[in-house]
Amino acid sequence: MTGVIEAHELRKEFTVTEKAGRLRRRRRTVAAVDGIDLVVEPGEMVGYIGPNGAGKSTTLKMLTGVLTPSGGSVTVCGLKPVVQRTRLARRIGVVFGQRSQLWWDLPLRDSFELLRHVYRVPAVDHAARLADCRSMLDLGEFESTPVRQLSLGQRMRGEITAALLHRPEVLFLDEPTIGLDVVSKQAVRAFLTAIGTAGDTTLVLTTHDLADIERLCPRLVVIDHGLIVHDGTLAALHARYQSRRRVVVDLDTPIGDGTGMDAVRAALGELGDGVTLDEVSADGLRLEFGLRDGASAGSLVAGVAAVASLRDLAVIEPDIEDVVARLYQR
Amino acid sequence: MAETAELPAARGALDAGERFRPYQMIFKAQLRAQMSYRMSFWIDVIGGVAISTMDLATVLVIFNVTSVLGGFGFRDAFFMSAIASLAFSGADLVVGSIDQLRLNIRTGQLDSMLVRPLRLLPQLVSADVELRRAGRILEGVVVLAVAAGIAHVPWSVASAVLIVLAPIAGSVLFSALFITTATVAFWWIDSGEFGNGFTYGGRDFTNYPMTVYGQVFRRMFAVGLGFAFVAYYPALTMLRRRDPLGLPPWTGWLSLVVASIACLVATTVWRVGVRHYRSTGS
Repeated sequence: MTGVIEAHELRKEFTVTEKAGRLRRRRRTVAAVDGIDLVVEPGEMVGYIGPNGAGKSTTLKMLTGVLTPSGGSVTVCGLKPVVQRTRLARRIGVVFGQRSQLWWDLPLRDSFELLRHVYRVPAVDHAARLADCRSMLDLGEFESTPVRQLSLGQRMRGEITAALLHRPEVLFLDEPTIGLDVVSKQAVRAFLTAIGTAGDTTLVLTTHDLADIERLCPRLVVIDHGLIVHDGTLAALHARYQSRRRVVVDLDTPIGDGTGMDAVRAALGELGDGVTLDEVSADGLRLEFGLRDGASAGSLVAGVAAVASLRDLAVIEPDIEDVVARLYQR
Repeated sequence: MAETAELPAARGALDAGERFRPYQMIFKAQLRAQMSYRMSFWIDVIGGVAISTMDLATVLVIFNVTSVLGGFGFRDAFFMSAIASLAFSGADLVVGSIDQLRLNIRTGQLDSMLVRPLRLLPQLVSADVELRRAGRILEGVVVLAVAAGIAHVPWSVASAVLIVLAPIAGSVLFSALFITTATVAFWWIDSGEFGNGFTYGGRDFTNYPMTVYGQVFRRMFAVGLGFAFVAYYPALTMLRRRDPLGLPPWTGWLSLVVASIACLVATTVWRVGVRHYRSTGS
């Protein structure tokens, strides 16, 4: 085994009871994770995404020893998560965006000190790591504030620090940027990038914020209905789902349904299959085109300019959200 | 792989004290947190003492209308109540907050506990011990001493040992019950007050001589759940009184055995429960 995380045919089923008639109840088995294979090498940064209820959190909980898998095999750091939970816990760090590792009524500093004892980290190592985090995440200004009085952004910076103090080999983050303001998001992303690129920590994060993935994760794993539907780079995802660049053109005078439109269509016809007219809006003042398979935006614009008078234009790069939205809709 | 080879040696080197230390730290932190709401702390201490005083007072009230309860006079019955009350207070102090498990599951806090390198049950206990319940222990000890005096317990080494062990064994039994019933939450998150029926119900049940209950009730709770061994049998053994229900005079000592069995059952149910933990939401 080489992967720091190895999952094979990993499954988690839940039994749900639902009402069927006034008194009768029907039991139904639902597979939240329906047999996934995943190998993560040491030092990788993996983004794990999927719509709500796709099985992201369930997978993470199985990898961290919180939930017992219904089937398949899984090892993390060579350990079986549930069976060797406490041993594994020393070697991984976990940040659940909507849970807390901190002591609510105590100053942040006290939580860090407690965690030093919980993980039995030598005082010197602990102080060094804390100093790193303090300077990178600006913890100094709120370290002596009780956790309950921290803003969400401050608390999240505290949570990430708490998960890193014992120098885990793998850091799992479940929606670490959820609910954060732009500044806090950037601070968290920059910090995680620094941790990830240092190379000694494997990062696995789930998120709904695709900007997290774009900034942080060279590798993207997409899960839907408990199954992995994509595992590869962001570029591979674009290629596979034929992401299109879009060209938006604003005209000086509205284009009618008649001759003007025919002229545009004729111009498009000469450019080949790579270009499509997707939408006409603003009473014919705005045209949106899709480009794929390396079609040139330049020749499109030239073609349109030949038949209509351009006021403004914009080229929009493919958006990961669009790709993923289309992936989810399938 | 060198690292994994070192691990067992490192674990062996940890003495018991050091292994206990994280829980101790968590406990202290919890204490500091509680003390940050100082006023509410003291109100709860006083409230707790008031509640257990009321429990004992009910025995007084009953003997106001009758002089014999299930074949026992006030002195004997009050002695039983005092043991039961102290036993329950002990369990309530240590694991009484375990019914917070429901809340911990609902809020997902349990997930956070499971990713720490600590055992779950000691973690829950040390994070939730409520020192505000300690006032009742102190009260319970005083009341037990007074009750033993009133009941004219014939003193010997054996009865002196048993008067210390009985409340402890009773505490262990109640603790096991607290843990077992709380475990239900792993399967059934909306278990509500289900557990309290057994725990607080058990406290009330043990408060009186077992002879007051009908046979079905007695078999179910006194024997089935071991409630007769909390106060009734230890009291009889100490008082050297014959059991109207026909068990031998040394039955009181069986409390220790019953407590151990209850412990075993509780830890087994707990382990199975943790494996069935479903977690909630994201």
